[in-house]
Amino acid sequence: MKALMYGWEFPPHILGGLGTASFGLTRGMALQPDMDITFVIPKPWGDEDQSFLKIVGACNVPTVWRDVHWDYVKSRVGRYMDPQKYYDYRDHIYADFNYLHVNDLGCVEFSGRYPDNLLEEINNYSIVAGVIARTGYFDIIHAHDWLTYPAGIHSKKVSGKPLVIHVHATDYDRSRGKVNPEVYGIEKNGMDYADHIITVSNLTRQTVIEKYHQHPSKVTTVHNAVEPLSPEILAIPDRRGVKDKIITFLGRITMQKGPEYFVEAAAKVLSKAPHARFVMAGSGDKMNDMIRLAASRNISDRFHFTGFMKGKQVYEVFKASDVYVMPSVSEPFGISPLEAMQCGVPSIISKQSGCAEILDYAVKVDYWDIEAMADAMYSIITYPAMHNFLQEEGKKEVDNIKWEYAGQKVRRIYDQLINR
Amino acid sequence: MKTICFYFQIHQPFRLKRYRFFDIGCGHYYYDDFQNEEIIRRIAERCYIPANRLFLEMIKESGGRFKAALSISGTALEQMEVYTPEVLDGIMELVKTGNIEFLSETYAHSLASLGNEDEFKKQVQLHKEKVYALFGVEPKVFRNTELIYSDEISDIVYDLGYHGMLTEGAKHVLGWKSPNYLYTSASKPGLKLLLKNDRFSEDLSMRFNNYSWSEYPLTADKYMSWIASTPEEEQVINLFMNYDVLGSFHPAESGIFDFFRALPRFAAEKGIGFSLPSDAFKKLKPVDAISVPFPMSWVDEEKDCSSWLGNVLQQEAFEKINGISNRVHLIQDGRIQQDWLYLQSSDHFYYMNTKHPGEKGFSPYDNPYEAFNNYMNVLSDFIFRVEAEYPTSIEDEELNSLLTTINNQNEKIEALEKEIQKLKKRTTKKETVYK
Repeated sequence: MKALMYGWEFPPHILGGLGTASFGLTRGMALQPDMDITFVIPKPWGDEDQSFLKIVGACNVPTVWRDVHWDYVKSRVGRYMDPQKYYDYRDHIYADFNYLHVNDLGCVEFSGRYPDNLLEEINNYSIVAGVIARTGYFDIIHAHDWLTYPAGIHSKKVSGKPLVIHVHATDYDRSRGKVNPEVYGIEKNGMDYADHIITVSNLTRQTVIEKYHQHPSKVTTVHNAVEPLSPEILAIPDRRGVKDKIITFLGRITMQKGPEYFVEAAAKVLSKAPHARFVMAGSGDKMNDMIRLAASRNISDRFHFTGFMKGKQVYEVFKASDVYVMPSVSEPFGISPLEAMQCGVPSIISKQSGCAEILDYAVKVDYWDIEAMADAMYSIITYPAMHNFLQEEGKKEVDNIKWEYAGQKVRRIYDQLINR
Repeated sequence: MKTICFYFQIHQPFRLKRYRFFDIGCGHYYYDDFQNEEIIRRIAERCYIPANRLFLEMIKESGGRFKAALSISGTALEQMEVYTPEVLDGIMELVKTGNIEFLSETYAHSLASLGNEDEFKKQVQLHKEKVYALFGVEPKVFRNTELIYSDEISDIVYDLGYHGMLTEGAKHVLGWKSPNYLYTSASKPGLKLLLKNDRFSEDLSMRFNNYSWSEYPLTADKYMSWIASTPEEEQVINLFMNYDVLGSFHPAESGIFDFFRALPRFAAEKGIGFSLPSDAFKKLKPVDAISVPFPMSWVDEEKDCSSWLGNVLQQEAFEKINGISNRVHLIQDGRIQQDWLYLQSSDHFYYMNTKHPGEKGFSPYDNPYEAFNNYMNVLSDFIFRVEAEYPTSIEDEELNSLLTTINNQNEKIEALEKEIQKLKKRTTKKETVYK
């Protein structure tokens, strides 16, 4: 079974949860012995783990024919892929793309991030996908998130293979209901063309059925999972310099994540429990507003902002925390509470997040219910029994949520589509 | 005869290093030594040292007619002691001529006058002691941080024993009145005021090097003729600015040093003299009282305090640091006292201002929010240390009485011991009597 996957990010260079989920899922699927995955991303960095799949960088696939020498190609793309593949791709250029801005290898440049000209980059990505789809043999196409839907559709049209799209988030989640029509259009189009739609939670499944008008039989939920922690991460010590109880928010500080509810709840907790400290880790367009909000609630001496966290730093924050809170207004899944629980940190999550569907040993509150949120924070930091119970049971629970099982579910969907 | 009253401000804060949340409770050193040293050395080389030399020459060449007042914050003095002692030597030489007067101010160039009276008085005293220790002179005239002034502040300053103060001649306060006279405070008529002449001061501090200014280039000749052409009755022109104007705000290439060098000569031609603030207070008679209900300063177009306490971030930080003031005053520990002063410098609050979005100004931070975060992290650690000394669970009054008991315990023990001995003697006497 050969799968051609389109994604936008891949660890270690990630900007959000999409990269983590892509990595976990592909690794879980690679445990199936006959699974062969090619994963396309806009721009590889060369240090991705390629032991269980093949990474193809769209920025190394030619769309314009250039006469270049093998050695030169090797020096340029050798770090990312086999130079021979460059020539294979070059043989499958299907139209004149000289109007595009290409480099000396005839490849389009990608930022691999979420730049202002994102729509242009999405379009270029789908042009490159046409070359990739014409080149290799594969049984199924799998596109992760809306950025890659056009590429998936293009590949399906070229090859006639079934298309699976994986909805990690919808624009309804990101915008609290005020969708961007262009993004909605791309999402809707992708879903309409797809042979099957995978959503990361029942919450998202409902959105896809109701807001994007998809037939329920075409939509299946495959919940995300977590990678087991490496011993290196488990050994990170608690570096906090204060004895206070630390309550943490970690994620992009954007409207979707509900940071203001966290600040308001913090103000309530601090009025009763002056020994608490709050950390808001991450960055985002609402960060400055949150700094102002904390200042106007007069809690800034106990409410700290760390800025963007990556890699190991994330776990350092978890290790130094007593409670993790994810007050997302709308969260398709939300991997971070699972990671917190792996580190033995009790979590409070909003009922509006997808991971609430599979977690039993986490406190669930409505995102808008700051009273309940403050109450839960207070009891976890004040009553050791509560903290210990959630810590132990929570860890047991997440240790049983494995990508391997998620991978098997995806495989069953593949099999159905191919043997249809 | 018209007279010019020059006053120059010198201040450097102790800029904070990047202090992360994880550092709270772990490291208690807050300052970016590298940056602080680099900045003061650079400015000393470009401004302080050549300006000191220039002033000395001007005083000698003019036969002692050139005079100016200086005010150096305590934090700047400390940095000069460590990094650029040659600047202090230069100033010492100026002081010896007797043509330079030192002004009094708050030690840390702080905003204490706007919300912490006790601390304000303490810092003024500290600054006075520091200046006396270094230069052997005692300042007689007061000048608040960034010329901040209000009726309330004038009350405190007068109570501290000052009879003269320098401040801004803000348009919204003066209205049609001219700053070129001596005024008094409305609430304390005994406190005389010299007000900054905005136009003439900013000709030098802001516009001197501005190519698009219609009067560019400014020559000493032209400048003095402007001053001479002010109405006959206007007796004193107050030119207040940063020392950094010489060589730092305007590089030496702009001709600023030569401009100053030529000033005394053209002043003499036009019959204009120079005065120290204390002379001006003695010689001139006040023409009116001015009332300033809301604090003003010499910054920006508004001439108010919104640059330091204008937004919620600044207010929060200011409130939080003042909240522990009583506690800190009880603590003897030298390092806590030192950090306490350094953290109060107005600059930390200035870095948090959101009045000029996108403009960095003097801030070492990328944006005001970063400045706020970093400052609050440092402040959290500082509060943490203060609490370790005296926990918040004890009320201020209770703590105070406990401390007095501890401080007086020796006397008390002595007194009690004497009493015991007295009683003992008496009993022995009684025993002998019975025997």
